Amino acid sequence: MGLRLTVSDIWKTYNGDAVLKGCSFPFDSSGIYVLMGPNGCGKSTFLRICCLLEEYDKGEINYFLDNNMLEKDIGLRRRISLVLPKIGVFNTTVYKNVEYGLKIRGMTGKETEEKVDRALDFVGLYHKKKHNALTLSSGEIQRLGIARAFVIEPEMLFLDEPTASIDQKNTEIIEDIILKMKREGRSIVVITTHDKSQAEKLADRILIMKNGSIIDTNS
Amino acid sequence: MEYIIGAFIKAFSLIFNLDQELIAIIILSFKVSGGALIIATFAGLPMGAMTGLKRFRGRGIIISILNTFMGLPPVVVGLFVYLILSRSGPLGFMALLYSPTAMIIAQCILAFPIVASLCHSAIISVDPIIKQASMALGATPLQVTATIVKEARYGIISGIMAALGRVMAEVGAILIVGGNIAGYTRVMTTTIALETDKGNFELALALGIILLTISLIINSALHLIQKKGMVEANRWV
Repeated sequence: MGLRLTVSDIWKTYNGDAVLKGCSFPFDSSGIYVLMGPNGCGKSTFLRICCLLEEYDKGEINYFLDNNMLEKDIGLRRRISLVLPKIGVFNTTVYKNVEYGLKIRGMTGKETEEKVDRALDFVGLYHKKKHNALTLSSGEIQRLGIARAFVIEPEMLFLDEPTASIDQKNTEIIEDIILKMKREGRSIVVITTHDKSQAEKLADRILIMKNGSIIDTNS
Repeated sequence: MEYIIGAFIKAFSLIFNLDQELIAIIILSFKVSGGALIIATFAGLPMGAMTGLKRFRGRGIIISILNTFMGLPPVVVGLFVYLILSRSGPLGFMALLYSPTAMIIAQCILAFPIVASLCHSAIISVDPIIKQASMALGATPLQVTATIVKEARYGIISGIMAALGRVMAEVGAILIVGGNIAGYTRVMTTTIALETDKGNFELALALGIILLTISLIINSALHLIQKKGMVEANRWV
């Protein structure tokens, strides 16, 4: 059994306003989970908390591997990844942007090069590998974000609004990339979106965030 | 007018004939200013990074002090270093006064706030999303810091170049602590001051031309770096 995540009764407050009010959900099987909800309902906060990038006020986040609970350390953080809505492009080439995750893990050489090339090919940016990443269009930047996360082969990948600010053509390209990941079926992918039709197209399970809690539409 | 033209001709002749005294003065100038800049960079970059990346008590005061000290009058720094290094001063036993080391210390004090303050500005201007992005990709805190510093590289290089411009052109501090001793602590700016006083304009003019050329090169490099940084920043979509 691969990496699993159990979220139990998570509360998060900003300036006295509770954004998450006891969110609980077990991400316990590979596939695509789509989290839907209106702007400001706490989807992004939930993802950042799941990704161990943000503190929470109350509750528990636990990752398990083969029924053993994992320490929340850098080792665990390197098993998971989050693609932010604004991905944060590094001011260097497309290739080096994608190579970043491998480099900080101490990986270099031919194998790294092959992995980066494969990730770039996967998102359709191989032909732009030598371009400065800041010259890419917004749709390409979003694909770059996915390639950066994809190359490190996370066991759990979180995509926060991956198609929120891009055109229809790039939205379709990204949806295809996500479906390709689904077919490979190696990891758990959690996506947030507003788009109901996109959720239905991609999801194995659709979750709704309402009043600071998660509702599983399958239950 | 004739003596000015004559002085210029002799100055160019000194430059093109690679006059030994002239070369020695230029080399010492680079050694002193370069040494001061290297030390100021090694101290100023971590200080700029710390104030740019960390929130801690007293951070605002440190930033205000650094900004204020960017405009330190060189003669005041010279006086301060003189008092510290003079025989009756706290570090008088080291016998550093009137040595290139004393000049490096004085110029380092002038360069440090410039490097630190401009590095701080460069680092805080990096998009905060870069920090989150590198963390989301599995970077350790040290790797996150290195990534942010790398993203701020154009601003940091500009800060270092600005500090170099400042120390190369400085005369007040090194004149006080170096003493302008021929062949030992005589650098370009102090030589220009001395030779002008003596009415020996050839060497002063030759050094002035070289100093202006260096200043032009530094400013051109600074302009290019800033332009490159701005072009890349404008590419953000």
